[in-house]
Amino acid sequence: MRKMLALALAAALVVAGTAFAADDVIKVGIFNCLTGQNAFGGQLELEGTQLAHSLMPEILGKKVELVVVDNKSDKVEAANAVTRLIENDKVNVIIGTYGSSLAMAGGEVAEQAGIPVIGTSCTNPLVTLGKKYYFRACFIDPFQGAGAATYAFKNLGLKKAATLIDVANDYSVGLGTFFRNAYKKMGGEIVAELKYQSGDQDFTAQLTELISKKPDIVFLPAYFAEGAIVLKQAKELGAEFRFIGADAMDNPEIVTLGGDAVEGFMHTTFAYDPSMKEMNPVAAKFTEEWKKVHPDKDPNVNSALGYDCYVMVADAITRAGSAEPAKIRDALEATKDLPTVTGVTTINATHDAEKEMGIVEIRNGKKTFLGLVKPEV
Amino acid sequence: MTLNIFIQHIVNALSLGSLYGLVAVGYTMVYGILRLINFAHGDIFMLGAYFVYFATIVYKLPWVLGVVLAVVGTTVCGLLVDRIAYRPLREAPRISALISAIGVSFFIENFAVVVFTGMPRPVLQPPVLMQPIQMPGGVRLIPLGILVPVVAFLLVGGLLWMLYRTKPGLAMRAISHDIETTRLMGVPVNKIIALAFGLGSALAAAAGILWALRYPRVEPFMGLFPGIKAFIAAVFGGIGSVPGAMLGGLILGFVEILSVAFFPSLSGYKDAFAFLLLIFILLFRPTGLLGERLEDKI
Repeated sequence: MRKMLALALAAALVVAGTAFAADDVIKVGIFNCLTGQNAFGGQLELEGTQLAHSLMPEILGKKVELVVVDNKSDKVEAANAVTRLIENDKVNVIIGTYGSSLAMAGGEVAEQAGIPVIGTSCTNPLVTLGKKYYFRACFIDPFQGAGAATYAFKNLGLKKAATLIDVANDYSVGLGTFFRNAYKKMGGEIVAELKYQSGDQDFTAQLTELISKKPDIVFLPAYFAEGAIVLKQAKELGAEFRFIGADAMDNPEIVTLGGDAVEGFMHTTFAYDPSMKEMNPVAAKFTEEWKKVHPDKDPNVNSALGYDCYVMVADAITRAGSAEPAKIRDALEATKDLPTVTGVTTINATHDAEKEMGIVEIRNGKKTFLGLVKPEV
Repeated sequence: MTLNIFIQHIVNALSLGSLYGLVAVGYTMVYGILRLINFAHGDIFMLGAYFVYFATIVYKLPWVLGVVLAVVGTTVCGLLVDRIAYRPLREAPRISALISAIGVSFFIENFAVVVFTGMPRPVLQPPVLMQPIQMPGGVRLIPLGILVPVVAFLLVGGLLWMLYRTKPGLAMRAISHDIETTRLMGVPVNKIIALAFGLGSALAAAAGILWALRYPRVEPFMGLFPGIKAFIAAVFGGIGSVPGAMLGGLILGFVEILSVAFFPSLSGYKDAFAFLLLIFILLFRPTGLLGERLEDKI
């Protein structure tokens, strides 16, 4: 009896084993932070990917299976999670993760195994730097600098700009350089480049200097806590130029801290917000389907990026005509003008997504979506 | 640079420099009496700013009342710090008290993170202080910009008067010369030292409140940079000397602002300019601008 059972089990295992190895299933691995400190973002991204999967359960006529592994918001776990997906589950392609440091830890493993990965919201340039197999659905931090420049020059028609940069912060320095390069390339004039250091609280000297140079707009890629104080001091000094910042200013606290001084302040952000008036068809469909599955919570940009990763995978596999990891990789690299929730996506030479970004203005203490801009790099 | 822009820079520098000076005076006073560098001074300053935030924004008290309560609250905290962390070490080697001061500083900062959270908070700026005044030549002033240096100078003037024209002031100066002999003369040394700490904390509170008015945001680590800068200003002016601390603060403020004004492309290095100047001054005058003694430095 016992022998029989063992035999039956063994047989079942063999059958199961062959079933999993069958060619008619495409396995998409997901490694994201479902527990731990980043669980909030990781969970939303997973739900976005799952939504896309439920709408497109088959690619090339083959069934797609999602294999989800939790990286627990931990760098060591992230590497383990990717190893498991590749060695145990033999996935064709991987999606993940929220958090650039987790992406870097996992990316190393995938790189060696030769399995392509699409990052959801890991925006640090280092994630894909020098990597053959890592891509991402989001744009990188500095790209927003070009977006702000394009909006200021093309949409607002402002010809003279200045920058106020935190020299002790890579994010700020990177954005500032991209802003100046893009702005000059379009024909704009940079009238001043002022600097400060993280932790500074007095910006009156820099602001007085900016006032004397009479720019039309000042690019301020600061964090919200400093940015709010800069805006306050600018108002006290009677500055007449406008300010534009980037996503680090995207925090409701900026209004609490800055009060009426932040009125009219603009910043760049990802090109998706459920409150957007004009959505592209993919975004409209995403929002509609999301509300059916999750009637009690709004989608956000993370769920949109999770969705977009799946769309990119489906597109790459379809174009490759195969689910072989190396072919998916080549197809991903050639992604061009793909409609996604967060805009029309093109993968550039450094494997980052180039797409439109949103411009938001603070009006009456509230974020107002002004429109989209396609950065000219 | 046009004249009005230059004057605007001077106004800004006066404001920043007098704030540095006011914090520096607190450092120098405690040092002058106890030979103790009170590293917790910047954190006491932070507490003052938080008390005003709680009084005026959270409990919606009238602004003036909030300020009074904040000064009282901060003074109590300063006295507690002296009683708990410094007084038991009065006879211990000087380095022990110094380490204790660093410990107190870390404790207050992290305690504030736990209790107040790390999220920066806004500060109420009375509208009457913010109404811009357009001066001839395009210079723009707000009443706050005048109030800050005026209050700072008045407070320092008051402190000097106290030190040189009153009995407790005389006792403080005596303690700074020789603590044992002063005790033998029948001066209640611990009470006088507590008074010095109370005064130092009240000054820190005043500076914290003015600082928060000028740069309207409170957070647990807001005392860190002003504290370091003010300490430098105190050394600059000659540590132990009250007028020296004020002078050091003003010079530091002017160097920071004017270096940005004259070399805008090097504005990321404004601290480097200030510290370079400090090194030069100390090379030629090791005891600082107005310092006297050479012994007993930590």
